Amino acid sequence: MVDISANFLGIKSPNPFWLASAPPTDKKYNVLRALEAGWGGIVWKTLGSQVKNVSSRYSAVDYHGSRVMGFNNIELISDRPLELNLQEIRECVKLFPDRAMIVSLMADNDRSSWHEMIAKVEDTGAHGIELNFGCPHGMNERGMGSAVGQDPEIARMVVEWVMEKATIPVITKLTPNVHSVVPTGKAVVQAGTNALSLINTIQSVTGIDLDTLIPNPNVGGQSAFGGYCGPAVKPIALKMLTTISQDSITSGVPVSGIGGISTWKDAVEFMLLGASNVQVCTAVMKHGFRIIEDLCEGLSNWMDEKGFATIYDFIGQSVNRITKWEALDINYHIIANIHQDKCVHCGLCYIACEDTSHQSIHLEYGKPYNTYTVKTEECVGCNLCKLVCPVEDCITMDEHRKGPEYLNWTEYQRKGLPLNDH
Amino acid sequence: MAIVNNRLSAEQYNQNFSDIHPPFESREAALVEANRCLFCYDAPCIKSCPTSINIPKFIKQIATDNIKGSAHTIFSANIMGGGCSKVCPVEKLCEGSCVYNLMHEKPIAIAKLQRHSTEKAISGKWRLFERKPATGKKVAVVGAGPAGLSCAHVLSREGIDVTIFEKESKGGGLMTYGIAAYKVTPQFCEDEVNYITSLGGIHIQYNKELGKNLTLSELQRDYDAVYLGIGVGVARQLDIPGETLDGVVDAIQFIYELRSKGYPAVPVGDKVAVIGLGMTAIDAATQAKRLGAKEVTIVYRRTQEEMPCTEAELEIAKLDGCNLQWLAAPKEVKGQDGKVQQLICSIMQLSAPDASGRRAPADTGKTFTLEVDMIIKAAGQVPFEALIASEQIQHQQGKIIINRNATNLPGVFAGGDCVNGGKEVVDAVQAGKDGAAAIVEYLRI
Repeated sequence: MVDISANFLGIKSPNPFWLASAPPTDKKYNVLRALEAGWGGIVWKTLGSQVKNVSSRYSAVDYHGSRVMGFNNIELISDRPLELNLQEIRECVKLFPDRAMIVSLMADNDRSSWHEMIAKVEDTGAHGIELNFGCPHGMNERGMGSAVGQDPEIARMVVEWVMEKATIPVITKLTPNVHSVVPTGKAVVQAGTNALSLINTIQSVTGIDLDTLIPNPNVGGQSAFGGYCGPAVKPIALKMLTTISQDSITSGVPVSGIGGISTWKDAVEFMLLGASNVQVCTAVMKHGFRIIEDLCEGLSNWMDEKGFATIYDFIGQSVNRITKWEALDINYHIIANIHQDKCVHCGLCYIACEDTSHQSIHLEYGKPYNTYTVKTEECVGCNLCKLVCPVEDCITMDEHRKGPEYLNWTEYQRKGLPLNDH
Repeated sequence: MAIVNNRLSAEQYNQNFSDIHPPFESREAALVEANRCLFCYDAPCIKSCPTSINIPKFIKQIATDNIKGSAHTIFSANIMGGGCSKVCPVEKLCEGSCVYNLMHEKPIAIAKLQRHSTEKAISGKWRLFERKPATGKKVAVVGAGPAGLSCAHVLSREGIDVTIFEKESKGGGLMTYGIAAYKVTPQFCEDEVNYITSLGGIHIQYNKELGKNLTLSELQRDYDAVYLGIGVGVARQLDIPGETLDGVVDAIQFIYELRSKGYPAVPVGDKVAVIGLGMTAIDAATQAKRLGAKEVTIVYRRTQEEMPCTEAELEIAKLDGCNLQWLAAPKEVKGQDGKVQQLICSIMQLSAPDASGRRAPADTGKTFTLEVDMIIKAAGQVPFEALIASEQIQHQQGKIIINRNATNLPGVFAGGDCVNGGKEVVDAVQAGKDGAAAIVEYLRI
C-alpha cells in the first residue's frame, strides 16, 4: 500500500488534501462534516475585522453544457463574531487531532493588530496560520488582502510583523492579480514566512444577463469585480506555481497549491510542479465534501501504478521539464497520423487545420463520409488536429526527428541555419 | 367478426394516438443533447438529408440559445422542417449517418432537436422570412402537398405571387391525409400549412381538382408558369379474385378517413390483414391495431432483408402487436354475402435479384389461409396516369418525365411523388425547391 500522508512544515495530515479558506470552512458545522468525510486539513475561513456581506455573492461560467467551469465570488472574510470562530476552531482541533488546522488571517494594517490576532489564534491550538494577502474584493479597497500581496514591500513588512510574534508555522497566500507572483513571493520568503500558498482568486466579471444587461452576480441591479476560481483557473495557477518552484529563493520553502483543483489528477499536477500539498474549494462547493474519497483513492492508485511509495517521491518531478522556449529542441519533430480504422469522419481535424493552421490535411470527398489524411510534408506537428479529434488515439503525433542531435534556438542561430522553413 | 367503428373509449383513442416521439420537455433537456453534437465539418448528416439542412449549424444554434436562428436554418432548407422532424425515417437519413454510430454510441437526436426549434417557431408564428419586392409574375401550383408548398414558398420569397390549387379541403397533402396520426396530428398539419402561407403571396384555392373543375390549359393561359405537385393516387390493385368484396380497403383511403373523420368514426375489423410493408403499410397496420382491431397481420411477399420500411418502423408494428407473414403473397380473397372472410396467400421463396436489385419472390405453389374480416391494401400507390396522359404530359407508367424540373409542356414544371412515384415527404420538399429554382430561371427574374 502506498502512503498518501503529508507532513507540511511538521503539520501532519492523513492525506495532502486541505480545504481552502472559503465558505466551506467558516464554521464548526461544515468543518466537522468535512473532517468526518476524510479531509486531511482545514484552512479556516479568514478571520479579521468585522464585515458585512451582500446578497447575492456568487456567479459562475458554464461551458458546453457543463456547470461551473469557473466560479466567482464577492464574499468577504468571515462575517461571524471572532470569538465564536476561535471557540469553534478550538473544538474542532480537539475533536480531530490528527488533521491539520490552519487559520487564515487578515488583520488591520498595523503591527499590534496582527500580533493580537496571532495570539488569539495560537491560543486555539491551531497548527498553522495562513496570511490572506490575496482577497481581490472588498478588503483590498481597505488596504488589506490583495492590496498587501500586490506590493512586495508592504507584504514584506506585514510578514516581518507576523514572524515577530508567531510560534506556529506561517504560510503566506499569494495573489495572482499581479504580472508575476515571484517578487512578492521573494519578499515574504526573505521576511521569514515558513511557506507559500497560491493562487488566490483572480479578479473577474463572469458574465452579463442579456435580458437585464446587469453583470453577474447581480446585487440590486449592480455588480462588482469578484474573485475567479474553479477549473478555469487551473492552468494559470500551474504556471504561477512553476515560477515559484523555479525561483532560487521562493523554492526554498514548501508550497501549498491552490487553483481549480477538482480531481486527484489536478492535485498530482500541482504536486509534480512543486506543491507539497493542495487546497480545494470550488469542487466541494459544487459537489460537497464527498469528493475526498476519489481524491484519495485516485491518488493512491496512481502512485501504486507509478511505483511511488510516498507523495515525496514525486513532488516537484516535473518542475525541470518546463524550460525557456529558446532551450527547446528544434530537431524534435512530430507529424500527425490519422488512424483510418478509428476515424469517424467528423472532419473537425480538417477544418481546424485548413482554416486556422497549416493546411496539412487532405480531404477526399465521400457521401456521406469523407476521408481525411495527413499531408506529412506540410504538417508542422502543432497538435491542433489531435486536440480537436473526438476519438481517443485516432490521431497520434508520431516522432520524425529533423536531426539526431539536440539543437536549440541559440545554437541554431549561431550555426546560421535557414529560417522561415515553413 | 365484423367491421365496426367506435370500438374504444375516448380515453383509449387519445392514448393510442398520442405523440409517438414526444418533444424535449425543457430547454435543459434539449441543451444536453445539443451539446453532444460534435459540429462535424461537411457533416454526413447534411449529406444524408434530401433537403441538405445544415444540421450541425442548427444544433449549435440551439446550444447558444439562438432558437430563432436555428429555426431559420432549418426552414431555409426545408420549409416543412417541422413536419419532417416528426415523419422522416431519420434512422436511414440524417441520424443514420451521424458519426456517433461509428463510435457505437447513440446518434444525436436530430429529429427531436429539429422539432424543438420548429415547433417553437410555428406555435410562436415567428416571422423568419421576408418576400423580395414584387416581380409582377404569377405562378400556379397544383397540389398543396409538400412539393407544392415548398415550391410556393420559395417562389413567393422571390417576389412571385403564387396560387395553389388543392383538390382536398385542407393543405399538407399526404402529410395531412396519409401519415399515421401518432406521428403528426391534424392540428399540427393545419398549423404548418398556415405557417408556410403566413409569408404572404401564397393563396390556396381548395376543392379544385385538375381534370375535374380545373384544366391545365386555363392555368397555362392565366399564369406565367405552372408547377405540378399532384402526388400519386390510390393504392395499387392486387388483381386477385375477391378484391371487390366488402372489407377490402385502400390503405391511403383508410388513413385518409382516420385523419379526416376522427378516430371513433373509422370502422375496423376484428382480424385485419395488411398487404405490403412500406411506410404506409406500417401506418395502416399500427393504426388498425390502435383503433381496436384484435388481430393485425402484415402480409409481405419478400423477407425482412428486402422490406421497404425501416427497422424502426417495423419495430413500432411489432411493439403494437402486429403479426408478420413473410414470403406470403395474396392469391385470393374469399367471402360470404359479399363480405371478406378469408385471405388465401401463396407461400413464396426468394430467387434471383429483380430490376430493383432485390431478390424476387417466386411462388412455391403452396398456400395458407388467414381468417380475416378486413384487408388493407398497401402495396404501393399508383400515379394519376389517365389524368397525366389526357393532358399530353410525357410520362413513364404514369410518372411524369421531367428534364431539369420541366415537363414537355412549355412553362409547366413538376416534382415530388407524381415524378418519383412516391418517396418521403422530405424528398418532395426538395423537389419543390428544385422546381421553384427552375421556374425562377425560366421567368428570368
